[in-house]
Amino acid sequence: MAERIALAAVILMTALVARADAPTLGIGREVSEADLEQRAISVAPDGTGLPFGQGTARAGRAIYDAKCGACHGLKGEGVGDYPPLVGGRGSLKSEQPLLTVGSYWPYATTVWDYINRAMPYTDAGTLSADDVYAVTAYVLFLNGIVSEGKVLDRETLPRVRMPNRDGFIDDPRPDVGSHPSTPSARIATP
Amino acid sequence: MKPFNSRRNFLALGGTTLGAAILRPIDANARELGAPRSGYSDRSKYETAERYFTGSTPATGSGRTPLQDLHGIITPSSLHFERHHSGIPDIDPAHHELTIHGLVDKPLVFTMRDLYRLPSVSRIHFIECAGNSGREHEGRPGETAQKSHGLLSCSEWTGVPLKVLLDQVGVRPSASWIVAEGADASRLNRSIPMSKALDDVLVAYAQNGEALRPSQGYPLRLFVPGWEGNVSIKWLGRMQLTSEPYMTRDEAAFYTDLMPSGKARRFTFVMEAKSVITRPSGGQRLDGQGFYEISGLAWSGRGRITRVEVSTDAGRTWREAELQGPVVPKASTRFCLPWHWQGEETTIQSRCTDETGYVQPTRDALLAVRGKNASDHYNGIKLWYVHRDGAISHG
Repeated sequence: MAERIALAAVILMTALVARADAPTLGIGREVSEADLEQRAISVAPDGTGLPFGQGTARAGRAIYDAKCGACHGLKGEGVGDYPPLVGGRGSLKSEQPLLTVGSYWPYATTVWDYINRAMPYTDAGTLSADDVYAVTAYVLFLNGIVSEGKVLDRETLPRVRMPNRDGFIDDPRPDVGSHPSTPSARIATP
Repeated sequence: MKPFNSRRNFLALGGTTLGAAILRPIDANARELGAPRSGYSDRSKYETAERYFTGSTPATGSGRTPLQDLHGIITPSSLHFERHHSGIPDIDPAHHELTIHGLVDKPLVFTMRDLYRLPSVSRIHFIECAGNSGREHEGRPGETAQKSHGLLSCSEWTGVPLKVLLDQVGVRPSASWIVAEGADASRLNRSIPMSKALDDVLVAYAQNGEALRPSQGYPLRLFVPGWEGNVSIKWLGRMQLTSEPYMTRDEAAFYTDLMPSGKARRFTFVMEAKSVITRPSGGQRLDGQGFYEISGLAWSGRGRITRVEVSTDAGRTWREAELQGPVVPKASTRFCLPWHWQGEETTIQSRCTDETGYVQPTRDALLAVRGKNASDHYNGIKLWYVHRDGAISHG
């Protein structure tokens, strides 16, 4: 741990020094954040980046059935290589864990962000903000996380608490076999 | 079954028959006028190694490098492993731009021509998919080195140190993460800590001396040395400096490792020290008793490989293999060991150590801590089984 702190301090000092005398080479075109509004689509867990708009599961059902159901199944059960979105609650300690939006994903904002940026698979980027709120609501409704009439928007979505919100830990590695002290580590003379 | 090393055996045969003057007839074609020059080389029609892939979603998935057919440490760009989530986009570099914004003093857009003007470096590094050899967890390993460990490749990457670009925009003190985003259909994105960004990350436009291949992110990719491949965002289009990670799909839900406790590890970025014997390996066959050179690859996301030990007697004794230079930090390292096979049934395996003193663990040791539900970041020792008839198998 002391080494990590020392390393962090070195990195930090390097960074500060670098910032102090950073050479600016005059290359690159300046833009404003306003210019980037359409392209800066990333959404943070606190809702930063979410656009205006809204949707409910009731509104999302038809969109889901038309644009998502063929791959993910009409009940979110998954089809072939396309993953299920529903189920698996309580399975994470079992020998057959089922990792879905309902059982595993820790943030509702991640669901919104991923649908918005990557879905539908063959037609990504075609859903309106209202559609994304509605489909997100429907997927959460299929998982029993929100009611059918719950209105999701930039205020309410970040406040949806996902069942596995506290299911994650940071990287503890190296966690296994760090040093050659086991009997099998002896080296025979060639 | 492919012969273990047919070319070498042919040369040996030539040596023993020379005295008897029974020379193999020279191919008549050798005295005919050869093929004309060409603008861009293709390989010999006799060479057939290629990536391996399966699955019903061609644009999504992976294609694996044929490790058992390759030499040295550099993976030919044409055989570098692929992993895409929404296919390979067709990007005209004349219209491609990189935008850096968020917690910066001056948001900037760089064209490819801008990037080529900036200071550049070339670095040899491996890249490994987090899921490489993940099936070993559950005890159903791939049959060949390619199928089990082929989500590993190593290239020389050229580009602009990310730090140079960050100096241009001016990083604000509150910025501690960078959310990097690709220009592929899924706009794949990952959050990367600022400490790593300022350390050794590249914004790369070239691989092995030429422009990136489309499957490797043409015209521009992030390259994050030693870390799981998914964070090295391909087709890089935008970087947003933030105060927190954004918990994108591929860091909040995917590329996480579910532990026996039911909790999952996240932000498990580093690919730990790992090695695999590539010759002889699963699917190959030894041509009878006698001399063989055992050869393989070792790599560590924490730095240099310092030692590789090989056991040819089912783990009872270990011998130190020779490391073929160059030994480069966070790069594939080739190791070799002479071996005389006496025809016995055995297993062969390799175990590497990196400069931090970390030793590649056994599968049993790994599973004792991590269980079988994790599928990513597996780095256990790989065994190949040698049968009495010379066949090498995975189990």
